[in-house]
Amino acid sequence: MRRAAVLGTGQTEHRTRRTDVSMAGLCREAIDRALADAGTGWDQIDAVVLGKAPDLFEGVMMPELFLADAIGAAGKPLLRVHTAGSVGGATGIVATSLIRAGVHRRVLAVAFEKQSESNAMWALSIQPPFSAPITAGAGGYFAPHLRSYIRKYAAPDHIGALVAVKDRRNGALNPYAHLRQPDITLESVQRSPMLWDPIRYDETCPSSDGACALVIGDQAAAEASSRQVAWIRATAMRTEPTFYAGKDHVNPRAGALAAAALWSAAGIKQPLDEIDVAELYVPFSWFEPMWLENVGFVGQGQGWKLVESGETRIGGALPVNPSGGVLCSNPIGASGLLRFAEAAMQVMGRAGEHQVPGAATALGHAYGGGSQFFSMWVVGRQP
Amino acid sequence: MDTLAAPLTIAFDYTRSLGPVLGRFMAGLRERRVLGARTSDGRVHVPPLEYDPVTHEPVTDLVEVSPTGTVVSWTWNPRPVEGQPLDRPFGWALIRLDGADTPLLHAVDAEDLNTGMRVRIRWSAQRTGHIRDIACFEPGESDISEISEEFEPVEIMTTPIRLHYQHTTSAEEDRYLRALEQGRIIGQRCPACRKVYVPPRVCPADGVAPDEVVEVADRGMVTTFCVVNVPFAGQRLTPPYVVAQVLLDGADIPISHLILGVEAADVRMGMRVAAVWRDRSRWSTTPENIDHFEPTGEPDAPYESYGEHL
Repeated sequence: MRRAAVLGTGQTEHRTRRTDVSMAGLCREAIDRALADAGTGWDQIDAVVLGKAPDLFEGVMMPELFLADAIGAAGKPLLRVHTAGSVGGATGIVATSLIRAGVHRRVLAVAFEKQSESNAMWALSIQPPFSAPITAGAGGYFAPHLRSYIRKYAAPDHIGALVAVKDRRNGALNPYAHLRQPDITLESVQRSPMLWDPIRYDETCPSSDGACALVIGDQAAAEASSRQVAWIRATAMRTEPTFYAGKDHVNPRAGALAAAALWSAAGIKQPLDEIDVAELYVPFSWFEPMWLENVGFVGQGQGWKLVESGETRIGGALPVNPSGGVLCSNPIGASGLLRFAEAAMQVMGRAGEHQVPGAATALGHAYGGGSQFFSMWVVGRQP
Repeated sequence: MDTLAAPLTIAFDYTRSLGPVLGRFMAGLRERRVLGARTSDGRVHVPPLEYDPVTHEPVTDLVEVSPTGTVVSWTWNPRPVEGQPLDRPFGWALIRLDGADTPLLHAVDAEDLNTGMRVRIRWSAQRTGHIRDIACFEPGESDISEISEEFEPVEIMTTPIRLHYQHTTSAEEDRYLRALEQGRIIGQRCPACRKVYVPPRVCPADGVAPDEVVEVADRGMVTTFCVVNVPFAGQRLTPPYVVAQVLLDGADIPISHLILGVEAADVRMGMRVAAVWRDRSRWSTTPENIDHFEPTGEPDAPYESYGEHL
């Protein structure tokens, strides 16, 4: 298959409200940084892929239409991608596919969310007629599944809090992170209010305004780059219904299938040994042990043990979310692309204070819907 | 027989962070002034573009254009709908304001609308720095007054959006709701995987319509649950409350419902619960006929009996 590589990444400062910029300005902040990082000019971009979560989030139908000028798509192909929370990851994969298909030489992938323009919780809680008013919000949707994980594998209560402490401290090393809490402790997390039992306030992602952009190029473009690129060794996406009889919400089949396909395509036999750093989509802290198992780093019921041992910290056997992850910044539409970008930054050696020393191979991961869409990639210093 | 249907309205007051260019444009409208953006090819765009489509650079050069212009093209709107600029028949027109190179789409309040007609902005009486500061256009010329001082950009604009739908049920949902009206809970079995879906639906795993109708019990077990402690937009119950996955006896997939009649802290996975129905006189085609579920006092179901439903 043709090779593709991330030539450059860019992201915004993520905040609760970025009222200083329009949606177009928010996207451009990320894009301008990605183009500069890639050393790429506008005239070298052949196509643009825009990722965005549901239109109801911002109340803009088809934002790709009015954003076309701002994101440099005038006169070029423009595609919109939408796969719920995994959309950022899917956006990176669609852009990669355009390169690998030999259609384009350099593609700009951009994803954004301006949560302050609306209320995502409201948008996710629309009450159709003939339904009971039993809404519980996004956290309420996932909390029962986290409870199932805890029960199924007898995980100790403090595992979720350990993840929160790790990610928020990591976020303090990331100048773009929305929440930066170097002084957070296990005790302070455990003292924070219980929102959706068993999810506490400090174990919950924030609502953020933010955007992320990547320049993805073909082999010739990568080899022409004066800087280290992140070679895209494999991508994978899988989907399953939100609900069906027998669906395993603790270990979703689509996630496991996507991971198996990913490792196979990347030629990776022992992910825990061969991956140096992982950016997992963890909007609620308990998802870290669940996804560690789902993507096959460890066996079923072993995820929480890896967390408890401290091996998912920077310096551990498998640093997870050195950027602080979704727990520190959650511009929903961009969150998946941020995971993919952070993985790329790690192997490019451009992750700054949260750089994992010697990172040569990294996983970017995203999921969305009711644990329904999964998208992942493996990037490396070498092709 | 038609399936059940009911209206659904979704509405929200979205906001728009305007940024430096649109923020100055909106501030201008408040002062009865129209600003256009001059791009690298010398053209003036109204409304302004934030980024130059040729060079991709941010637009910084805003110039004032006239509130009077010429109709370039138009169509007639005989039946205005909610939210449009006028509540009587009007024309939609592309209007090129004097000094601008691109036409602006807006409503014209004129019965004899024609191409080439000279029209001017009819300003809203109350102007707040919002696109609605332009009420519509009307025939005539404006007086051009002195160009005023630079004004502070508007930062945020509110744009309420309201959508009206007709929500129509599927044949399976309709059957389920009509059974609920009689105090019964029905599921339907997938002919492929033989699983009983409550509420019935096209099997999400096999993609085939269900056939056999199966009456299930109004009691079952809590598989897993959440204690909701947090208030949020759109919420219709006051926290704290327990939302549980309830696997009804005879069903193969749980339904979401409230657990009451027990302290939230005492709800357990495997707890046996039964439906508490509303008063029979209030039954209709709604899942709200079941007010909530309460513990039955039976021994908890063993984990093995629901472990595959998590």
